[in-house]
Amino acid sequence: MLRSYKVNAALFFLFLYREESVVMDVFFEYFEAHGQDYIGLLLGHIRISLLSVLIALLIGTGIGILVYKHPIARAVSERAFGILRIIPSLAVLIILIPIMGTGVKPSVVALVILAVPPILINTVQAFQGLPQSMIEAATGMGMSPLQTFFKVKLPLAFPLMYAGIRTAAIEVIASATLASYIGAGGLGDLIFTGLALLRYHLLIIGGGSVAILSLLTGFVLDRIFRRMTRYQRA
Amino acid sequence: MTAVELKNVNKQFPGMSYKALDNVSVTIEEGEFITILGSSGCGKTTLIKTINRLYEPDSGDIFLYGKNIRDTNPVELRRSIGYVIQQIGLFPHMTVRDNIATIPKLLKWDKAKTDEQVDRLLSLVQLDPAEFRNRYPSQLSGGQQQRIGLARALIADPKVMLLDEPFGAIDAINREKLQNELKKIHAESHKTYLFVTHDIREAFKLGTKIIIMNQGKILQYATAQEIICKPADRFVKELIQTTTDVSKDYVSGGEGI
Ligand SMILES: Nc1ncnc2c1ncn2[C@@H]1O[C@H](COP(=O)(O)OP(=O)(O)O)[C@@H](O)[C@H]1O
Ligand SMILES: [Mg+2]
Repeated sequence: MLRSYKVNAALFFLFLYREESVVMDVFFEYFEAHGQDYIGLLLGHIRISLLSVLIALLIGTGIGILVYKHPIARAVSERAFGILRIIPSLAVLIILIPIMGTGVKPSVVALVILAVPPILINTVQAFQGLPQSMIEAATGMGMSPLQTFFKVKLPLAFPLMYAGIRTAAIEVIASATLASYIGAGGLGDLIFTGLALLRYHLLIIGGGSVAILSLLTGFVLDRIFRRMTRYQRA
Repeated sequence: MTAVELKNVNKQFPGMSYKALDNVSVTIEEGEFITILGSSGCGKTTLIKTINRLYEPDSGDIFLYGKNIRDTNPVELRRSIGYVIQQIGLFPHMTVRDNIATIPKLLKWDKAKTDEQVDRLLSLVQLDPAEFRNRYPSQLSGGQQQRIGLARALIADPKVMLLDEPFGAIDAINREKLQNELKKIHAESHKTYLFVTHDIREAFKLGTKIIIMNQGKILQYATAQEIICKPADRFVKELIQTTTDVSKDYVSGGEGI
């Protein structure tokens, strides 16, 4: 009979936790000796990711809202970021080193390039798809253009925009691992160190942490989304 | 007193073979319930929308209580006019209460007054305030949505109401009920209503006077009785003949209204 994945997982952890387990010891040792370092790497990872997503959010929604009504501007901006995005992030990092040096800045640039397209494209689609009747009702009742934007357009565009932001955030968290490559810190340090020294437990801690961080972020963002769009399921 | 006056208003959209409004002139007295009747595409919505400046006419003038609407800030103008749009247009992300409170919020009424008026309007359109005020539009039937649309337009007690096929999406029985309610609300308010419909029975039942339109032109603007007895042209004649009950009511001097 097939055991459920929950049972499997429980058995796996039991295996890891056996008192004499050597497998587990290396992990304990790592956290005992480098707990502070780990927290630092984790926070660094979160910081780079957050910064990149926030900048991409400003650029993506800003450009999206500016261009959505103008077909040519829309095509140009979407195409431009589309092309930038095709360049592998690693290549972007290496290209940026002579310009920006190493560290956080070029990493954030590379991550922003990655994060803008989903936000931009979803923003454009969200605003293009706004029901004309709703906007007309708002205008017809005497909302100024600014009031119409903040009270009607933005809330109605929000769900689709949010989906783009979510995609971007998950992608950035995974890719921020690469930033370590040029000395920006983050959980990628563990992975690169583990690779260099062939310390598999570091690989597992680094990779696992990134995976858990992604999943957790997705989960939290989904909860926030459900909260903010309760009207859709009312 | 004249509430609304249109003088030689023209409006043409690109690529149309006829004008959406073709030299339209009409004078509407305060307190009238004007129904605007005509088939789809004849310019009814365009006429309504030039009055609250959602459309600007190509030429001609529109006066509201003697004042050229071009001299009023469009945002201010619209806040003073009740408007029920053809597609209902409730905001899905707002509760019934917040939808009805749209204009009070723009006018910065205090919360107590707003809540009180929202409840009064809900009762006026025959919906139980306690049951409905916290619902979202998705939790309402088509008829209930149209009632909320009506309440939302009525709340600031505007002197002029523009209603664009407000009962379009409702079944015959509820439609009849809403028509009666609206008529009562109008009778008690002494406000001026402009009510667009393509339903002849509705136009004749509700209108103190009826505007009959075709291809952007006003063919006749008169009371129901006058239209039945003296149709302005063949188009009007054929139009009223299609609905025999309407003419019967009036010709036999019946109390159709
Ligand atoms: N915003 C617009 N752009 C282009 N054409 C329009 C627009 N609004 C209305 N029209 C055209 O003007 C004519 C009259 O439209 P409308 O006033 O909406 O008619 P009705 O409300 O009587 O059905 C129609 O032929 C319609 O296609
Ligand atoms: Mg119409």
